[in-house]
Amino acid sequence: MTEPVVVIEGLTKRFKGMDKPALDGVSTSILPGHITGLVGPDGAGKTTLIRLMVGLLHAEAGTIAVGGFNARTQAEAIHEIIGYMPQKFGLYEDLTVIENLDFHADLRYLSGTARKEKFDKLLDFTDLTAFQRRLAGKLSGGMKQKLGLACALIGTPKLLLLDEPSVGVDPISRRELWAMVQELLAGGIAVVWSTSYLDEAEKCDSVILLNEGRKLYDGPPADLLGSVAGRTWQIRGIDESRRRTVLMNMLKEDGVIDGVVQGRHIRIVMAKDKPKPLLDEGQWTAVEPWFEDAFIDILGGGPGGHSKLAEQISEKPLQDKPVIDVQGLTKRFGDFTAVHNNTFQIRRGEIFGLLGPNGAGKSTTFKMMCGLLQPTEGRAFVTGLDLKTATSQARSRIGYMAQKFSLYGNLNVVQNLRFFSGLYGLSGRRQKEQIDLMIEIFDLKEHLKMNAGTLPLGFKQRLALACAVMHQPDVLFLDEPTSGVDPITRREFWTHINAMVEKGVTVMVTTHFMDEAEYCDRIGLIYRGENIATGTPDDLKKLVQSDQLQNPTLEDAFVTLVHRSHLENQLQETA
Amino acid sequence: MRRLTALIRKETRQILRDPSTFLIAFLQPLILLFIFGYGVNLDSNKIRIGLVVEDNTPDTASLVRAFTNSRFLEVRLGQDRREFEHDLVIGHIRGIVVIPQDFSIDMALQTGAVNLQVIADGAEPNIASFVQNYTFGVVQVWLQHEAEDRGQSAAALPIRVLPRFWYNAELKSRNFLVPGSIAIIMTLIGTMLTALVISREWERGTMESMMATPVTITQILLGKLIPYFVMGIGSMTLCTLVCTLVYDVPFRGTYPALLAATSVFLLAALGQGLLISSVAKDQFVASQIALMAAFLPALMLSGFIFEIHSMPRPIQLLTHVFAVRYFVTSLQTLFLTGNVWPLLIHCMAAMLVISMVFFALTTRKTKKRLDA
Repeated sequence: MTEPVVVIEGLTKRFKGMDKPALDGVSTSILPGHITGLVGPDGAGKTTLIRLMVGLLHAEAGTIAVGGFNARTQAEAIHEIIGYMPQKFGLYEDLTVIENLDFHADLRYLSGTARKEKFDKLLDFTDLTAFQRRLAGKLSGGMKQKLGLACALIGTPKLLLLDEPSVGVDPISRRELWAMVQELLAGGIAVVWSTSYLDEAEKCDSVILLNEGRKLYDGPPADLLGSVAGRTWQIRGIDESRRRTVLMNMLKEDGVIDGVVQGRHIRIVMAKDKPKPLLDEGQWTAVEPWFEDAFIDILGGGPGGHSKLAEQISEKPLQDKPVIDVQGLTKRFGDFTAVHNNTFQIRRGEIFGLLGPNGAGKSTTFKMMCGLLQPTEGRAFVTGLDLKTATSQARSRIGYMAQKFSLYGNLNVVQNLRFFSGLYGLSGRRQKEQIDLMIEIFDLKEHLKMNAGTLPLGFKQRLALACAVMHQPDVLFLDEPTSGVDPITRREFWTHINAMVEKGVTVMVTTHFMDEAEYCDRIGLIYRGENIATGTPDDLKKLVQSDQLQNPTLEDAFVTLVHRSHLENQLQETA
Repeated sequence: MRRLTALIRKETRQILRDPSTFLIAFLQPLILLFIFGYGVNLDSNKIRIGLVVEDNTPDTASLVRAFTNSRFLEVRLGQDRREFEHDLVIGHIRGIVVIPQDFSIDMALQTGAVNLQVIADGAEPNIASFVQNYTFGVVQVWLQHEAEDRGQSAAALPIRVLPRFWYNAELKSRNFLVPGSIAIIMTLIGTMLTALVISREWERGTMESMMATPVTITQILLGKLIPYFVMGIGSMTLCTLVCTLVYDVPFRGTYPALLAATSVFLLAALGQGLLISSVAKDQFVASQIALMAAFLPALMLSGFIFEIHSMPRPIQLLTHVFAVRYFVTSLQTLFLTGNVWPLLIHCMAAMLVISMVFFALTTRKTKKRLDA
């Protein structure tokens, strides 16, 4: 057995003003030649653990040894043998690619031919050779991530620490980075890759699963998957329009600990030794377990399928015409076309997902749909109202939940509710009723006097949803609604959304999470401002099905379709 | 040493590329000097007053001439104060001087009590006192001339006051405002800019990635200090040139003395900036602290605009904490008086002590840690 690079024993770290410790008695070790996934939702303690290893934080109790050096007393020695890429990559945006590398090389006394060789190798490795003179700030998210990695690798580290390298990066860049890190392992480097994407965890050699500062699991992902083996099922062959209802009913059944929509199927995790409930329609098919199934299992199961919120929402009137009608929407900023001739319709009670790599034009489309940006060409209607001429009427039909929840951190829960309900034109008795209702539905009573900024993430999420639906909108716009939250909270969120959709609310969502995209009835895939494919999740998967790829995931579909479109563009350009 | 050069090179590149840094160091001084050179003027020349002559005699005619000839006053004549009341209320004139009906009689009788009435706007005490003083001055001069005309020797009047002002003979406020404003500019560069650029590194996560390399804290701090020190001296040179060449402010000291004083002050200002950035890790908080702890004291407590000796005693004591107070004194001395070494050495020693305190605190506070 090889010597571990990092040995952690009984680590506890508490921050001032927090009642719970950020890390609570964590012991583990990290082996060379492995990618160790540090997995858990936001606030689980991932960043804290990494910073403790770097020696940037000091623990309250317990020890860390990195390469035999004590992280508390010998941080200088540790800095010589590690490479660290913090969140946001830690690049100087006003320096060029090569200047960033130069800077890190100088800090590590790398010079002469060794330096040149290293640069050539890293630039080649990261595919940045052609962009040496470009300012780091002008690089795409994926390229920044690669440059950050290159900077961290300059000192030929024994331990590479990557803090959420895949946040805000599209699946394509994520895959590329993964492949690059995989290549490094042959040299015997130890890699710690922290992530809140559970699907990334499955690919790691070893996984440390954290939740609320506690270590829930430590070991190869396969062993964890083994714990739910034989308990994961899909219900196939149900009518597509009824899958949400079937899911809701299943979640109420005894023995069902988790369920999610997966394209036209439903994925169910059963409790140990419990028989599957009987089905009125469709049939059970055994499927491979996922990491997330195991995580939910450890946490003691999902939140159930009941939505108090949806009960309180009045049925939206039936409509023949699409609720959202977008025709030839185009937005140009100067010479740059951010969105080109985008056309789609969304029917009442449909969930429509907008997917695409970073910078593809998702946010721009979204902002035009909310009336925040004026389109250069084309029109958009919400419930028949033209967003250009009837902006404010149209907006009052919309509930908008922005990225990162956009709550007022310095206002408490009630004040936030009051403020947002006021914005949406609620007043007097109706306002009070709605606020009380939201407090009851989302169980906010105990947190009423807490500032939104200090709420636990799950409650922030609830509060943000409450603020967006208080005025009973016909349409909900969700911009990356669950990024970073734990799977339980995410399920709770989708339970509400699904139940509201059943009542006729129309939903448009952007996301980087593929499992979130699975909830969509239809997806519009956007690349370089253009809609390159529209269809149900299963339609998109079918488009890329081949002999090599018999059972493509939605992520496979995403990557392949974008790649195809990229090749077509190149062909056209050369022709 | 190589690390330090790398840090300095990186910082210099950032300075050169970030237009805002450059604007703060070189364009802003020009704007500030322009404002303090032309816009702000604490002298009041040509105050408009209304002169009410109720008593029209040859005696008063010469007094009226004395008023109209004054180079400090712009006089409008009238017969009745009511003509001017409205103008005073709306601010067209700043005061009313009344020559009463019995003025010539009183003069002739030489009772010793000759009355003039001065009405001024008490809402603007500064201008009101100007009105009062100028009126008094005009009358004094007029009385002397009258006495001489009548053949009485000037000695008949017991005291004559002949004011003479040293160092700033014309009493131009520009001459002490402009050197003072240099202190403000140096504060902005030294404290505000340094605090901002370091907190920017915290915000963007570059500080964190730098801390995970073998670089030491001293190197990081020096890597910030040196470029901004050089920039401060550059900005100082520009300011001095503009002051002396464009604004005709005299410079009576020597350049080495100016360089010495500036260097010591920049150390203190940079030290304060570094200390702020070790406490505040985002740009907004850093700029707020820099504003409260450096910029506002530079403006209000440095003696630049408000005379320190006329402040309440506790505030006077407080001013000693701020290096800028000593810098303003040094600058005003160097520009208007010359190398007054005892004073300059006192000031520089004080600034040095303050900078040492800042550096001691900074090295204590700044560690390669995020939770220290």
